Amino acid sequence: MKRDQEPIEKADGPAGMAGERIELRLYVAGQTSRSLAAIDNLRRICEEDLKGRYTIEVIDLLQTPQLARADQIVAIPTLVKKLPPPLRRIIGDLSNSERVLIGLDIRPVDPAGAHHGS
Amino acid sequence: MNSPAAKEPEPKTSGPGRLEKVPTGIQGLDEITCGGLPRGRTTLVCGGPGCGKTLLALEFLVHGATRFGEPGVFIAFEETAGELATNGASLGFDLAALEADRKLAIDYVRIERSEIEESGEYDLEGLFIRLGFAIDSIGARRVAIDTLEVLFAGLPNPDILRAELRRLFRWLKDKGLTAIVTAERGDDGLTRHGLEEYISDCVINLDNRVSDQISTRRLRVLKYRGSAHDANEVPFLIDQGGLSVLPVSSLGLDHQVSTSRVSSGVPDLDAMLGGEGYFRGSTVLVSGSIGSGKTSLGASFARWTCREGKRCLYFLFEESPSQVCRNMRSVGIDLAPLIEQDLLRFHSSRPSATSLEMHLSRIHRLVSEFEPEVAVIDPITNLRAIGNDCELRSTLTRMIDFFKGRQITTLLTSLTVSTQPSEDSSEVHISSLVDTWILVRELESDGERNRGLCILKSRGMAHSNQVREFRLTDQGIKLIDVYLGTDGVLVGSAREARMIRDEAEAREREYEAQKRQRRVAQRRDAVRAQIDALNAELEAEEEVLRRAVEREHLSEGGLARDEARMAAARAGVDTSLADGNQVRTVQP
Repeated sequence: MKRDQEPIEKADGPAGMAGERIELRLYVAGQTSRSLAAIDNLRRICEEDLKGRYTIEVIDLLQTPQLARADQIVAIPTLVKKLPPPLRRIIGDLSNSERVLIGLDIRPVDPAGAHHGS
Repeated sequence: MNSPAAKEPEPKTSGPGRLEKVPTGIQGLDEITCGGLPRGRTTLVCGGPGCGKTLLALEFLVHGATRFGEPGVFIAFEETAGELATNGASLGFDLAALEADRKLAIDYVRIERSEIEESGEYDLEGLFIRLGFAIDSIGARRVAIDTLEVLFAGLPNPDILRAELRRLFRWLKDKGLTAIVTAERGDDGLTRHGLEEYISDCVINLDNRVSDQISTRRLRVLKYRGSAHDANEVPFLIDQGGLSVLPVSSLGLDHQVSTSRVSSGVPDLDAMLGGEGYFRGSTVLVSGSIGSGKTSLGASFARWTCREGKRCLYFLFEESPSQVCRNMRSVGIDLAPLIEQDLLRFHSSRPSATSLEMHLSRIHRLVSEFEPEVAVIDPITNLRAIGNDCELRSTLTRMIDFFKGRQITTLLTSLTVSTQPSEDSSEVHISSLVDTWILVRELESDGERNRGLCILKSRGMAHSNQVREFRLTDQGIKLIDVYLGTDGVLVGSAREARMIRDEAEAREREYEAQKRQRRVAQRRDAVRAQIDALNAELEAEEEVLRRAVEREHLSEGGLARDEARMAAARAGVDTSLADGNQVRTVQP
């Protein structure tokens, strides 16, 4: 999973949308099924709801263990929303999309979107 | 996840030899655990808030790093690195320097519940990685995790946490790390989240109890698998020197005894004690009623000690140091210069300020620091206010034992209400522990109170059985022989009056004797004169006799001549004679 060390996906969509850029960082430890599931789930959620305004960085702590301390990681997987503030953390395999979005404290691109008010 | 059932039997059977132990370096704790914590195992330290869990864990690591060559990792869940450094500094630990030397690694784990959302299953691999990274970075042999239970408050899904903690303890064991895990005490169990279920090798409980408004910290080793340990609750103290645990059962009777002597500081008292004073390392009890001069005896002893260039530690439970200095100056004992030379140290505290155990701990600590040769505790009776007799007795026993073990000559003062030591008083209980027991008694008669000092016992030396009058003069303590006569023991002005009378009588007697001597001398002269006269008389008589004899002699000689002349005349040789004879012949 070498490619996880650098930002793997950058969706430079038209920047004229309402929200600012969302910087996300996902911490995993090796290629466990839970880690892989988290990566897949995150990609799906971002593509569905944050298309064009997100950055995902996946960090494998087995390779850069010092980052666990620097970024205060305890649970794995942990998704950290670095920007915009406030800083939020979502732990788990991100299987519950709604909780991920609530946790990130961001609304989908289109307020009238399908995910609202269910 | 590992099966919990598999956990138990494996580590026990793996070590056929004796359980290896890791010294904590904490004063007293290694004693009651018979050597320290189990090597390669995790020890649970539980207790209520503010009872010293964090400090115990921190001290374990610091001593490991500084004294036993075992670097340590501290995982702090509650305190930030800055707070921890401050706490460490208060105990004299320079955590930053230890970190710089790569002997200690501190990782502060911050878990903010409000910024965490859960979505699906998770594990604590992040924590494992951090811990592993910190351990590998300094080659740690010791780990302290303070307080794991914060995880339960910070992270959702306790079931996952439990499984992960079990995995954590197993992981620590597999890595051969000696660890301390702290946990908050729970309402119905040792810990709030039942950590004791996972850690079964060694469990230490800390406690901070308040009774009669006095709080005492206590430590108890609840469990120590595969090792003997002291299961008693023992008091412990936290002060600028760190944690110190006070083992109750260090009582032994194998201390060295000394035959060398130390002066009591009062020459007259030394004279009563076989002329040399107390035995070095012995325990002296001075009991007496109010104002009987107990402190003066203590101060005299302290002054003598310091003048010899030795250190003396003086515990005051009644007065302040300045008060004692002033009072002692009035009886000619100036302590101030000795304090300046740091030979004499006072430690004054109200007995009620803390519990007996804490007082004892403090005594231990101060003695360890100052290493005095003499300790004075003035008075021990005040301690009774804060504990029942049983506690006091046990405390005093341990205290005396402690001093004896260190060859410190100890003087204890004790206040007695009655003039006779009563049966139920604590001093009777400790009297068997003391080597020398001096009693200062009030002797009241003729409208005044005087003090009488006597030695009730003094082991191993010839001592006076006399009661002496105890006088506080401005030159210090004086012991004066009391007057023992037909009227009983006389002291004070009665003794003075008696002594004046005695003096007068003595003078009278002396005069009488002189008179008699003179009379004898006169008589001798008279007799001598008589003898002379008789001698003279005798000589005179002898003279007369001699003369008579001489005369006799002479006349005898003349007769012989006459006869010869007559005989010649008869033969016609001598005419003159013939004439005479003729006449005579003619006449008849």
